[in-house]
Order: sequence, then structure tokens, then C-alpha cells
Amino acid sequence: MLQGMPSQGYYTRKGGEGVLSGSTLMTGNLAAAWGARLAGVDYVPAYPITPQTEIIETIAKWVRLGQMKGKLVQMDSEHSMLTAAGSASLSGARVFTATSSQGLLYGLEMLYNISGWRAPILLVNVSRGLAAPITLEPDHNDVLAARDSGFLQFHAETCQEVLDLILLGYRVAEDRSVLLPAIVNLDGFYLSFTREKVELPKMDTVSTFLPEYDPPAPLRATKPVSHGATVLSGNLYSYFRYRMHAASLEASEVFRKASAEYGGLFGREYEATEGYMLQDAEYVIVMSNSFTTIGKQVVAKLRERGVAAGLLKLRMLRPFPFDDVAKSLAGRRAVAVFDQNLSPGFGGILYPEILASLYHKKNRPQFVLPVVGGLGGKQLTVQELERVFESLRNGPPTFPDRPDPMYLMREDEFDRAKRNIAIASGGG
Amino acid sequence: MRLSDLKEFESDTRPDWCPGCGDFGVLAALKDALVKSGKKPHEVAVVSGIGCSSNLPGYIRTYGFHGLHGRPVPVAVGIKNANPSLTVIATAGDGDEYGIGFNHVVHAARRNDDIKLIVMNNEIYGLTTGQLSPTSKLGQKTKTSPDGSIIYPLQPLPTILGAGGTFIARTFSGDPKHMSWVIQEAIKHRGFALIDAISPCVTWYNIYDEVKKLFYRIEDRGYKITDQQAAFNAMNDPQGIPTGIFYRTEEKQSFQEKLAEINGGKAPAESVQTLDRNVALQLIQEFA
Ligand SMILES: Cc1ncc(C[n+]2csc(CCOP(=O)(O)OP(=O)(O)O)c2C)c(N)n1
Ligand code: SF4
Ligand SMILES: [Mg+2]
Repeated sequence: MLQGMPSQGYYTRKGGEGVLSGSTLMTGNLAAAWGARLAGVDYVPAYPITPQTEIIETIAKWVRLGQMKGKLVQMDSEHSMLTAAGSASLSGARVFTATSSQGLLYGLEMLYNISGWRAPILLVNVSRGLAAPITLEPDHNDVLAARDSGFLQFHAETCQEVLDLILLGYRVAEDRSVLLPAIVNLDGFYLSFTREKVELPKMDTVSTFLPEYDPPAPLRATKPVSHGATVLSGNLYSYFRYRMHAASLEASEVFRKASAEYGGLFGREYEATEGYMLQDAEYVIVMSNSFTTIGKQVVAKLRERGVAAGLLKLRMLRPFPFDDVAKSLAGRRAVAVFDQNLSPGFGGILYPEILASLYHKKNRPQFVLPVVGGLGGKQLTVQELERVFESLRNGPPTFPDRPDPMYLMREDEFDRAKRNIAIASGGG
Repeated sequence: MRLSDLKEFESDTRPDWCPGCGDFGVLAALKDALVKSGKKPHEVAVVSGIGCSSNLPGYIRTYGFHGLHGRPVPVAVGIKNANPSLTVIATAGDGDEYGIGFNHVVHAARRNDDIKLIVMNNEIYGLTTGQLSPTSKLGQKTKTSPDGSIIYPLQPLPTILGAGGTFIARTFSGDPKHMSWVIQEAIKHRGFALIDAISPCVTWYNIYDEVKKLFYRIEDRGYKITDQQAAFNAMNDPQGIPTGIFYRTEEKQSFQEKLAEINGGKAPAESVQTLDRNVALQLIQEFA
């Protein structure tokens, strides 16, 4: 029996028993597989990579047991996997696929194609730091490398969100006013291999929320279409790119409406951002993905001590929720942006996006502190986050100059790394 | 051969392969072959991709390079083009070399790059714990082919022969002497060598007994390397697993030989490689 799989009956997409729902313990990877299963996907081109592999193996098993209708096909690389995903989607299939890290980067060329083709596939990325050096644990340089590809991006904090965002992701991606592919991101290890309680929605209800994919231009003998046109003109090219941009912006509203409907059906409603103890907060940290849970813990602790701390979680990164961010952060005394990624020579990638949301607000916070940490899955500690809030409360040391970024690594950790490296290279 | 020579190639890192993994045999044969070829650690670069097999460069004391999945060949080519006097050996898995990075192998063969490629073929993805590989058999049950594979396995040796390969061999980690001999011959070879090293994964797809039963040395059956047609025939045995050097020609120049002719023999990283006597003496003085 598969880990976390309900023990009786199973879902089938069409005419399914729908007997199963309720909550069960499962990993983020299993929740992702359930998302694909409940979405009734037709085709899953696949290629293994740690920490994603469990997703496609689970689907392979379900297909074999007849519990899932779609076809899973292992390809020879992520590049062909994503290519096949895009073309199958264009021809009318609902397509699911998943990867991590190097796999996402190897397929990156295709991401721009798939969005340009306006093929609404759903791609789960299980975050893992990029080589070199080689590692398996997460940060967000992989998924943020796809930031400008045209894919919608949803980032999950919990296993439940993984599942829900996949269903919502399809609904938004396939909306005729959007028609763009979507990425749902979850952290490797911290979420992929961690079991949490997940509420499984009923198949029948999912089918009403997410009916079968109705492609805008399926392959039909009566109406042949051709994709992947050459334009060779700045004017035409700009036209298509602006159309994509407009469609992505449109996805904000589509997401809001879909989420309200989802909430009505399943009791869980999601916004593009999520506030935690925000209401009267003076000091706010902006976070995303699984470390948000630690952030919330720290905020709750600080509240007990009478500190007006709060947290803003970014759930949807593309389209970027400018207004939500601005609304949530304007008027605060100080804000920290926690970036679990690093653009060498710049700093955190999300920091400027937060600043851009705030710049034109009259009551924008005077102090926005860039924080970088958690690279390659480096544990984020309560103490470190407390230090971040302390810095916010002390204000910028050199105001009104640009604040010094905080790079989370203690001196003893830095020294330990140096010592390890010295030993490994034959030194003392 | 002296034991001390072998010790020179000993790395401080102990392999973390599963006990019984075929890759131990490949590592031992490679060290043995390097010693018997009279190589010193500083004359050799061992590069790899990602996989259980690709951890090998860490377990041998030479120049090493742990690359990305599928990319050992271009890594090796870059090193060789810049440092033609190094012996450059790529060690990687069947997933690495026959799957995601196979295109590089075809082009290295076509160019006759002077690198030696040892593919540790276990017909499975070992590191990612047991999925379908390009050499998995028809009907083979893996985690991504639970009903059995429906894809015909790739035949890398005839494919690379067809692509213009100049040295094409197969050997088995259960036959260490043979493997060492094949690697020594590959090192002597002028150009690209493909060695399909059957190296069973005892954890996810154990083919030891099967290979032990079916493999034979073509040399024992009186095989003589002649032309491509004979090689095609010798490789193709549906009943057994032929091992040996199927094809070899020293008539084609290697790509690096041709490159040297074009730019007057000066290699891009030559200064790193060759020390002229005076410079060496100067350095000795400087550091004395
Ligand atoms: C671009 C990319 N895709 C996928 C992976 C995940 N991955 C690591 S090793 C491997 C396959 C390993 O099989 P093989 O090359 O046969 O080596 P073995 O472990 O069997 O020795 C895969 C798919 C990766 N590292 N990079
Ligand atoms: S998993 Fe297989 S290939 Fe990897 S070390 Fe173990 S036996 Fe060898
Ligand atoms: Mg393998």
C-alpha cells in the first residue's frame, strides 16, 4: 500500500465512486501526485530527479493499478519531457509533469516556448539548490530562474497547499482569458518528504470545479491549425509578448474568482498573498514556501512578548500581486524581505519586486531590509529570524542610506565551513 | 607493477557504493590500467556526470571533475582541447551517456576526440533508485515502467560504430583482468574510445548471475579486429553477451591532433602542462 493512500476504494475520473475524501497524512510529493490524479490528467511525460522522483513513481503505480486514467511516459530528458508536455497540451490533452533544479534548468528553453504556445500545462517544481556545488536540498534559484518565462507561479507552504494549488492552477491556466502554463513550487525535503495532514477533496466535486479540459484549438480534421509561428517582425513579436503579459495579469482576477469558488466547495480559500498577524503589525517579514512556517512561529512568539510583528506570505509570484503587497505593507514601520535565493552581484531576487510594489505609496515603509538565507536548505533558525525583527525595530543603522543586506550565516558556521574545506583539500 | 604505484591512485575518500556494486570492479580495473599504462596521477583527469557511477572521480587520486547529468563528454572534451597532453577519462552511467547526454557521445565519436569514455552500464538509474534506463530490457519492470518496459533498449555499440567510432569495446566488472586490459588499450588508442562496462546494480536491478552466465570474451573465440562489418556481427549476439574490443582503427587522426596542426601546436592551457627546465629551476629557487 502506498504511503498515505486511503485504504478503501479509489477515485476514478469518470463515473468514479467518489467515496473517498477526508484527511490523511501524506508527503508534499504525494500531495502533488494526488493533485494530478484529482485533476484527471491525460498525459504525464516524466523524468526522475531527486527530490521530485516520488511524484512520478506514485503516478506510475496508480496508472498501473488502474486508479488513474492518464498515460505516464518516461522520456530521455527534461528537455524532451517538457517539449512533449507542451505539444500534447496543444493537441488537446490535460498535461501534468514535475521536475527539480537541474531538470528545470535543462528544460528552461522549452518553458518559454510552452508559454509562447499558450499551452496550459501544469508543472510541479520541487525546489533544490542549483549546481555547482552539487546539493539536493532546497532554495529558490531553480524556480526563480523560470520567473520570466511566462509560466504562472504558485508557491506552497504546506502539503495541503500543494494539492489545492495544483487544482486551482489548472483552473486558472486553462481559463480562456489566460491560457498560460503554471508552475506549482514546493520545497524539496522540507515539504517533499515531510508528512502533513491533507484534506482530500471529493472527486465528484473536483470535477465540477475543474471540468475536462476544453482546448481552444485541438487537432481536428475539419479545422487544421499550425503552432509555433515565425514572426520575424518586432511589431508582431511585441504584439504576442504583450498579449502574454496581459493574459498573465488577467490571471490575478481569474485566480481570485476561482479561489472563492474553491473555498465554497472545499472550505479552503486562497489569496495571492497571505497575512499572518498582519492587522496591527508594525514590523513585517515577507516570506514564501515552507520556511514561512518558521516565520509564523517567530511572529507568534514575538507577539507574546508584546512586539507588533507580522508576516506576509507570497503565494502567487506570477502574476505578481503588486496591489496585495502594497496594501499589506504600506503604513508599516519596517519590513524585511526574506529571499531564499541569491542573485550574485545583486542579492535577493524578490526584494526589488517588493520595493517596486511600494515605491509609489505615500506611506511606504521607511525601511525595507533585504535578508538572504536558507541557501541549499540551510536551516533557518528562530534566533536568526528574531535577529531580523530586532534589526527592523532598531531601524536602519545608516538611514537614509541603502540598508546593508543580512546574509544569514553565523561566524562560527562560516568558520566551520572554511575548516571543512581546508581539511577536504588536504590542508590543516 | 608495484603496490606503491597503485597506492598513488588511492584517494582518501571511501566509496559509498552499496556493497557488491559493480562500480567497485570498474574503479579497481581503472587504477590497475593506469598503473600498467605507466601513468602518474598528475597526467590523468577523470571526469563524470551525475549518478552512482559518476561518483568515481572522488575515489581516485587524479585530477577530477564532477559535472552535470549527461555532460561528462563535453567536460572531457574541454579539458582535452585545452590540455592535450593529459589522459582524459570520462566515467559515467548508462543514463548519463546513453540517455540525456547521448548526443555528445555521437559527436565525440564522429570527431574522434581523444578521450576515453567508460560507461558503467547497469541497465537502470541507480542513484535515483531504480527507474527505466535507455538500456533497460524490453519487459523490464522498474519504478517508472511497473508494467514492464515497452521500449527496445538502445544498442550503443553499433550506434557509435555507425557514427564513426574508432575504438569500441565491451567488458564486465566481473572480469577485472579483461576490463583492465581493455582500458589500457583504450588509453593507447589514438582518439575516442567507448567502453561499455557492464557494472551491475545489486540494489535495484541485479544482473550479476545473468551476465556471468552469458558473457564471453570474443578474443577467446578467435575474433580478430578487421572491418566494421565483422564488428557489427560480433556485437550482435542475441543469445550471449560478447565482450572484447570489437573495432579499432588507428588510421584516423584524433581531433586534437588535427587541432594542433591548425594552430601551430600550441595548446590553450599549455603553460599549465609543460614546464621548461629553466622555469622549473626558477620555481624551485623561488620556493626553496
Ligand atoms: C538534468 C538532470 N536530470 C535528472 C537528474 C537526476 N538524476 C541523477 S542521476 C540520474 C540517473 C542515474 O542513472 P545512470 O546515469 O545510469 O547512473 P547510475 O546511478 O545507474 O550509475 C538522474 C536521472 C539530474 N541530476 N540532472
Ligand atoms: S544503487 Fe546500484 S548502482 Fe548505486 S551504488 Fe548501489 S548497487 Fe551501485
Ligand atoms: Mg545506470
